[in-house]
Order: sequence, then structure tokens, then C-alpha cells
Amino acid sequence: MFENLQDKLQRAFKNLRGQGTLTEENIGEALRELRLALLEADVNFKVVKELIDHIREKALGQEVMTALSPADQVVKIVRDELVAILGKDTAKLKFGTPPTVVLMAGLQGSGKTTTSGKLASWLKKGGHRPLLVSVDVYRPAAREQLKVVAQAIGAAIYEGKVEEANTARGGSEALPPLTKEVERLAREARREAVNSGCDVLIVDTAGRLHIDDQLMEEMQSLKKLLNPQEILFVADAMTGQDAVNSADEFHKKLALTGVVLTKMDGDARGGAALSIRNVTGQPIKFIGVGEKYDALEPFHPDRIVGRILGMGDILSLIEKAEEKIDKKKSEDFAKKVLAGDGFSLDDFREQLRQVKKLGSLSSIVKMMPSVGPFAGMQKVADNFDDKELVRVEAIINSMTDHERGHHEVINGSRRKRIARGSGTSVQEVNQLLRQYAQMKKMFKSMGRGKLDRRFAGFKMPGM
Amino acid sequence: MIQTLFGSTEVKPTFLDRMKEAVTRTRESLGERIDEIASWNKQIDRNTLDELEATLLASDLGSATTGQVLGNLREKADHKQIGNVGELKRLLKEELLAILKSAERPAKRVEGPEVILVVGVNGTGKTTTIGKLAHTLRAQGKTVLLAAADTFRAAAIEQLEVWGDRTGAEVIKTKPGGDPSAVLFDALQAASARKTDYVIVDTAGRLHTKTNLMSELEKMTRTAQRVVPGAPHEVLLVMDATTGQNGLQQARLFTQSAGVTGIVLTKLDGTAKGGVVVAISRELGLPVRYVGVGEKQGDLLPFNAQDFVDSLFA
Repeated sequence: MFENLQDKLQRAFKNLRGQGTLTEENIGEALRELRLALLEADVNFKVVKELIDHIREKALGQEVMTALSPADQVVKIVRDELVAILGKDTAKLKFGTPPTVVLMAGLQGSGKTTTSGKLASWLKKGGHRPLLVSVDVYRPAAREQLKVVAQAIGAAIYEGKVEEANTARGGSEALPPLTKEVERLAREARREAVNSGCDVLIVDTAGRLHIDDQLMEEMQSLKKLLNPQEILFVADAMTGQDAVNSADEFHKKLALTGVVLTKMDGDARGGAALSIRNVTGQPIKFIGVGEKYDALEPFHPDRIVGRILGMGDILSLIEKAEEKIDKKKSEDFAKKVLAGDGFSLDDFREQLRQVKKLGSLSSIVKMMPSVGPFAGMQKVADNFDDKELVRVEAIINSMTDHERGHHEVINGSRRKRIARGSGTSVQEVNQLLRQYAQMKKMFKSMGRGKLDRRFAGFKMPGM
Repeated sequence: MIQTLFGSTEVKPTFLDRMKEAVTRTRESLGERIDEIASWNKQIDRNTLDELEATLLASDLGSATTGQVLGNLREKADHKQIGNVGELKRLLKEELLAILKSAERPAKRVEGPEVILVVGVNGTGKTTTIGKLAHTLRAQGKTVLLAAADTFRAAAIEQLEVWGDRTGAEVIKTKPGGDPSAVLFDALQAASARKTDYVIVDTAGRLHTKTNLMSELEKMTRTAQRVVPGAPHEVLLVMDATTGQNGLQQARLFTQSAGVTGIVLTKLDGTAKGGVVVAISRELGLPVRYVGVGEKQGDLLPFNAQDFVDSLFA
């Protein structure tokens, strides 16, 4: 559904050949396309305007390079500009004298509780001893939720006691904030962290609107009480133009130290990242990429730039592919599969071998745009575990030639034999056959023209 | 039909009152307000259109819808020889209103329990919306059954139970991790046997890009049909007003899998305007049914297109 920005720019520049420099006139259309792309990605319109002005300034008067097409040249300027805003390096979590306090803040439903759990799990893996506490006495069952999360990841939690029935929001009357209760819980939790030798205290708070003065004051008093090393603003990657308002207000009231962008496993382009970074100046430290508790990753600025522009990190992927992949083989493959000649298990194995040369499957998928024709591939890849590749190859190796060409003949007893031969289980064989069938279906639909010529020209082998 | 039922509720502050209250809380400075009034008689110039474009973009209408609306506006303004900003704004509001109105659908009549399936991505406020909806229906003397089919998120069932207690609606549930379709099945059977007026089904939040979770929704709608013919009668997509252009894709894919019949726009008491619903109405023809404007149980209101459009320019 989104046309690749680069293609659009390419078109905008098709009349530019033979001109010596980039001028106001000849980059006009390109900048309009860029503006639309950024707006579609939910970058705040004021930020977009600033950016475009800045990029125009930079681009004007540049000589048209011979090595790069004018489109590539502008894309490069844009990328550099966006990366400059987001910061080049991955930001780290700050630690102080134990217990380090991490205060989670954000609007309702941004994912604070889930992120608190993921962060605890991440810290545990890094050798820390985190203690969780929820001071959300307002949302029904919020504290219960964090307790379940803590149990699931095996992290310590301070539960404390609150008369929830009298406090939860959602009654017929608006209730005054329960700052005293909240502060008491926070104080008790910190004491518990000290007593039990936990070195990080993660404080999950109630979601609140940035314009709710009373609850924002509560947040300020929590900050004063706990003196946290980190105040993380948890924001939904799907947020639109309003991201600047909420982030700005939270930052003014609390002096945020970082941002966590959640729900990045969807297909939102994540332009809010630029907006939030622009108004707060604080780095995005983590992104949430799934519902499992280990689905939290440090943030890489360069990666999201490609995503916002709808391009993925496809340039470096192509470079890598050109280096490592047998061109002839992959061209044959593309021709064969896209012509609708079917996709055998032999082809599957060949693709696996080629792909292994590129590195881990998840790292490849991450370089791809998450929208457009590539969305389907990400789904297939989502169900894939990298460690499986070796075993998958073993399973295919254990099949006969006939079986590789005609997977439908593989019945129960053949499955048992294949499992024995490859040192795997029947379940794994079944799983592979299912995945294979899925891919076969996908290639079939590609051949029918669901995938546009861009992909065909791209000659990525398989995955 | 739930829409029509709202007619009989006691007269409370109107949608516009609530919106105004919400807007005042955004603490828009008085100065801006005065500028607004002063602009009423200003002549139209290039800046006027830029400002209107900025207003629409800032409300998350998206560049495509904004472009189309402003294009139409320009044409009409030329045609009618509109001279001042006030008239132009009124014309713009008409344009937006026409889009929202074109998506509105008449209410269906339902025999037996009316089944309302509530879906959406994570954290949009599905459970809270269900609580408020149950409250409204209970206040009208209707019997309501809540199906806790979010068996995935930690403590989702407990959260719904709190709302069940508050509103006097029974909650049908299973253990965490159970099969959502099984809960739905039980709830619908219970409702049919007891002749309950409404069954509201809470589902786990899911990103529309997760194919397996989306097919779980397909299965749930099939299950509903098997027990109660014609069910689910309403499929409400709960969308957070802060959502940007991804809202379109959400609406598109949830409609594909679950047959969405309407949108509930939540968290309108913040500063976000929720303009993506205009784009959704325009491109997908989906109506907005309700808006959430606060955390109290009465803070769910039937959607009023006129008031909504006014709030974009407030």
C-alpha cells in the first residue's frame, strides 16, 4: 500500500538527468513527496516543516553526483538528517547507587505494565536483581496484572496492601487522587528493595493524561520522593500528531530521561519517535516488539529511520546480498518461482543455505521495510527461530528426492523415518512441512502478481 | 439496537458540554480564542488555507484526506465566491460532516440476545469501554452478560470482573490461557437460555498484523454465529484518539477478520482529536458509534458528528 519513497523520488527526479546541480525548482516535487511520506508516518507536521526546510537548505546547490542518482542523493541527505535528530548511538540505561530507581510514566494504554515486566526480565538477564512495584491504585486489577507478570518472569515484586475496592477509577463519581497511598507504596517498596538486596526498583505508575493536573502533581511528588535515575516515558508507536503534546507536557513536568516506544511489532511507521525526540531531546532507549516478556530491544536510531521512510535498511541488505549470494542461482530461483513453476523442498533448502550466508533470519527481516510487499514475509519469518535453520536443513536432508519434490506424499510413517534420520521429532517435521506449505502459498500469490515488479527486480533469493 | 436505546437515558450533560469541558482542560489560552474570533472576518489568503491545512493535519486526518477535503473546499469557495474566513470555515465543517454522515448506518433490529464483540489493538481501552457500555445498558434496565474472552493478558479477567460487580452484569469466564471461543460459546448459550438482552464480549488486544491472532477473531465470529444466528450483531473496534495514520490500517484489517461495524473512539478527554476516524469514514465507510471522554462509568457517549467536527476547530 505504501509506495517506496525512493521510487517516488526516482520518478520525481526523472527529468533531472543532465542537470548540474540541485535547485529549488528541480527538488520541489521530491520534497513534496518527502513531506507526504513523513506525514503518513505520523511525524508531527511542525517537525516535518522544520525538517523539510532544513533539508532544502542542505540540498540546494549540491552538485549532482555521478555515482548516485539525484534521488539517492536526496534520500541520503534525508537519512543523515533524521539520524542526526534521533542520535547516532544506542542509549544506555543509567544506574546509580543501589537501588537504582526507574520510574515508568505515560498515557493510559501505552504499555507501562508490560514494559515494566519486560524491563525487569531484561535486567535479570544482565545480572541485575530488579524489584517491581505497581503504584497504580486506580485502574481496576492493574496491580494484579503486574503481579501476574512478575510471576511469569520470575522477578521479585513488592505487593503491599491497598483497599482497591474504594480506590479504583470508573465509578460514578470522579475521585480525588490517592497520592498518600501511592507515596506509601513507593516508600515501602524502596525499603523492601534495600532489605532484600535488589539493585533496581522499577515503579509502574497509573496511566494519566498530561493535562490531568492532579495526577501530574502526584507524579512530581513521586519523583521528589524516589529521586529516580531514570524516568522513562512509555509511548505507543502508533501515536499520531498528539505525541508532541503529551511528550512535551510530561517532559516539562518531570524532566524525562528516556523514552520506550512500544508496539513496534505492528506496521505503524513510528514517526512519533521523531516527534517525541524532537520535543524532549531525550533518547529512545528501548522498543517493545512483541507480547512475550523478552520482546524488548535496545533502540537503534538508524533502523527506525528506514522504517519511517518506508524503506527499511534495504540498501545495506542489498549490499550484503550482492556480496554473499550466488547471483545466477538466485536469478534462476526468482524466475522459476515467480513464473509459477512451484517451489519444491529442494528450492527451500537451497534458499536456506543462501540465507544462512547473510546472517540470522531475524537480522535480515529487520532490515526490510515492515510495510508493503514485505509485510507478508515478516509474518512468515516471525514464526521462525534462527536456531531452527540447522535442524530444518537436517530434516530436508533426510528426505528422499521424490519427497522433496512432492511433499504431499510424506505420510505418517515417512514423517517418523525423517524425524529419526534427522534427529528431530515428528512434531518438528510437521512444523516444517506446515511452514513450507505456507511459503509455497506465498510464492504462488507472488507469482500471480500480488507482488510488484520491484520485488522481482530485487532478486532476493527466497525468504 | 444499542444506538437507539441511548435515547431513553436520563438527560445528562450533552456531548458538546463534555467536549467543551475536555477542551477547557487543554487550557487553550484565552488569547488564542480571541484571535479565533478576530479571524472570523478576515479576508482569505494563502495563509488561511495553510492554517486550515495545519489544523486538519494536527488532528490526524492524514495527508490524503486533508488534501481531498481542501481541494473540494477550494473548488466550492471559488464557485460560491466565499469572501471571508468565517464562511470558509463553515464550508470546511460541512465538508467534514458530509464524510462522517455518509458512513452512518441505520440500526438493525435484533431478536434475542444482541451480541456485541469488542476488538482492537492493545491498550486502546476495550475493557473500560465495555464497563461503561454495560453501565449504560444496565441503567436502562437491560440485562447484560459479559464474556471475558481476553484470556491472554495478565489480570484482564479480574479487570472485567470489577466492572461486572459495579454494573451488576454477570461475567462468564474461564481460566487464564483458556480458549476464547469456548468462553464465547458458554456465554452465548447462557444468554440464550436466560433470555439476556445483551452479551458484550471482551477480547484480547492484538496487533492487526498478527495473522494467527486475527484468525482467532475469525473463529470467534464463526462460533458466535453458530450459537446465535446473525451474531455478532455489532463488532466495535475500539480506537485510541491518539492513534495516527496506522488507525486506517487497523480498521482495514480488523474489518477483514472480524467484520467491524463501528468505531469507539476513546480517550477524547486528552488533547488528541482523533481525526483519523474521518479518514476511516472516507476510505472504509465505517461509522463512529461512541466516544470515550473520561474515566467515570458515565463517560461513554453516542457519537455526534456535528459536535465532533466542531471540536476539531475548538
